[in-house]
Amino acid sequence: MAVLQQIVFIITLAAAVFLIRKRVLRIRSNIRLGKDFEVTGDSGQRIKNTMLIAFGQQKMFKKFIPAFLHFFIYVGFLVINLEVLEFVVDGALGTHRVFAPYLGGLYNILMNVFEFLAVAVLLACVIFLLRRNVLKVARFQSAEMTQWPRMDANLILVIEIVLMTAILTMNATDQILQTRDDHYTATGSLLFSSFIIPLFQNLNTTTLVFIERFAWWFHIIGILGFALYVTYSKHLHIFMAFPNTYFAKLEPKGHISNMPVVTNEVKSMLGLTATPSVTPAEPGRFGAKDINDLSWNNLMAAYSCTECGRCTAECPANITGKKLSPRKIMMDTRDRMEEVGKSLQAGGPGLNDGKTLLNDYITKEEINACTSCNACVEACPVLINPLEIILELRRYVAMEESGSPAQWNSMFQNIETSFAPWKFSSADRFNWAKDEK
Amino acid sequence: MNVPTMAELAAKGESPEILFWVGCSGSFDDRAKRVTKAFVKILNVVGIKFAVLGTEESCTGDPARRAGNEFLFQMQAMSNIQVLNGYNIKKIVTACPHCFNTIKNEYPELGGTYEVIHHSTYLQQLINEGKIKLTGGGGFKGKKITYHDSCYLGRSNNIYEAPREVLQALDADLVEMKRCRTTGLCCGAGGAQMFKEPEKGNKDINVERAEEALLTGASTIAVACPFCMTMITDGVKSKEKEAEVKVKDLAELIAEAQGL
Ligand code: SF4
Ligand code: SF4
Repeated sequence: MAVLQQIVFIITLAAAVFLIRKRVLRIRSNIRLGKDFEVTGDSGQRIKNTMLIAFGQQKMFKKFIPAFLHFFIYVGFLVINLEVLEFVVDGALGTHRVFAPYLGGLYNILMNVFEFLAVAVLLACVIFLLRRNVLKVARFQSAEMTQWPRMDANLILVIEIVLMTAILTMNATDQILQTRDDHYTATGSLLFSSFIIPLFQNLNTTTLVFIERFAWWFHIIGILGFALYVTYSKHLHIFMAFPNTYFAKLEPKGHISNMPVVTNEVKSMLGLTATPSVTPAEPGRFGAKDINDLSWNNLMAAYSCTECGRCTAECPANITGKKLSPRKIMMDTRDRMEEVGKSLQAGGPGLNDGKTLLNDYITKEEINACTSCNACVEACPVLINPLEIILELRRYVAMEESGSPAQWNSMFQNIETSFAPWKFSSADRFNWAKDEK
Repeated sequence: MNVPTMAELAAKGESPEILFWVGCSGSFDDRAKRVTKAFVKILNVVGIKFAVLGTEESCTGDPARRAGNEFLFQMQAMSNIQVLNGYNIKKIVTACPHCFNTIKNEYPELGGTYEVIHHSTYLQQLINEGKIKLTGGGGFKGKKITYHDSCYLGRSNNIYEAPREVLQALDADLVEMKRCRTTGLCCGAGGAQMFKEPEKGNKDINVERAEEALLTGASTIAVACPFCMTMITDGVKSKEKEAEVKVKDLAELIAEAQGL
């Protein structure tokens, strides 16, 4: 019986690892559809960003209540995963609480800490569910929060609650069994689960063994399933926030990345010498029409997005009822990547399926509404930059399609002919001083 | 008013301490021209040796780049850089946050590296150095002033305090809007929006912002950007409050306080 359990466990673990690995590779190749991007600047600063903003959750704390609750879930996730290590060893070796004898009194302390965190996570998740579904916090209700994104968020919270309940149930029944059977290693008293011991106290040993085993299996399969689910969910930010904050741009937010290809052409037009080394083998598109025109950094950002909507809540265009929502920009980029990736996996046409990020996902009306105010960039807790994507799409529309709004085209013309965005003669530029002289 | 041009100085073999980059709004927009003149008056009084490019100046390319026309931006940038480098310019002061951001952050990659200072920072420096002395003139004492953060100074370049320190030097009662500093709401003109009608929505951004500014009860809304000036002024007008509430640039406020 025990051996059978071990075999089943190892098969389950192997299956989970196989599926997760496959999915991770898929995500990796989806991100690699993006263009190369040069990582410049101080890597010390990059590490600092990762430590402060991803690891230290610095930007979350601009909103204290959610930050505080999220912090428990985050620490709970990190710490309780230590316990999963024991689960895996126990499952594979057929042992029970294998670390307990080695750690002695420390084991009891650790288990109590885990239980405290489990309860904290559980409560935080309940409050988060209430915020989303009863209080209906505005940023979770915007247009792009359609059925799936809402369900995704709720599912994660429910799964966490169920998993935490499983841990507490397991510990409660285990503590009772410790008084009845030597097989159950003494853990010492576990504070939080002992509150629910009375629920199980009167059950017979066979039932308790069953419940304890069930809770154990439920928890570990739940964790493995959750790990796989995460790769399909906005919850992927728990991993992606780290590389994303590392690779986030270091220049002042007002800086827009240069296009060296254009620099070359302009230099030769002005009769200045162009640096030949910058000329790419194939010219490619100006700006972005689809995901492969964006940098892999932009694509990775889309997988890091937590769909929290802090960006959209600060966006002046969105606040005043325009279609633009920076969160939607990130969600669309991700959805398009998933679509292309799936198609490629199935031997389909991939990028050549007749659809593109611009038009089929993101409309011109959306990108034309952006004021480049950087409020979204400032608001994002994981340093995502939706503005970069918007600008790349605008570049495509302006340079490849000449499809900018008519008033922008006139503005371009004015700059070309009179060197100012308005139709004034450049000879009059200094008249303001003459008025007075 | 004394406004020397670079060409004049160069002909005399002289070079200025700073180049005042006027910008398109500052050169052509009637309201912004008043700011330009106020700033020049301050420079004259303080006795800073400065110059402008005059007709040799042209659009930095900011709106073109933000609207996606990278070619046009780079054409503008390169020819401006040729002019600036030709005069061997080292230090540039401008009253426009868009020009400031573009020249400071985007010209270096194209061969134009200068010390670029926004006039809010410059005014603050002059006040701190005692070169601008404010003796409680202009009747600002105790009056409520609110400051509207320009995106291209604040979030874009982390300049939040300099404009506020300038206002505090007026001895005025500085009141903040609910959305200020890092969460300051845009006036609606950035990203080339200045040059087109807004997209369809249920409100204009500048009206939303003007309402917020009016809520503070301030009698003056201070701005540090010609685009913000236009947008907030229009917003205040749409609320029919232009008689009671004035929208002023920092330079104008300082000039007023000095009786210029
Ligand atoms: S930069 Fe554009 S998308 Fe981002 S908040 Fe401002 S207007 Fe919205
Ligand atoms: S881009 Fe950032 S702020 Fe916006 S929803 Fe995603 S994680 Fe949240």
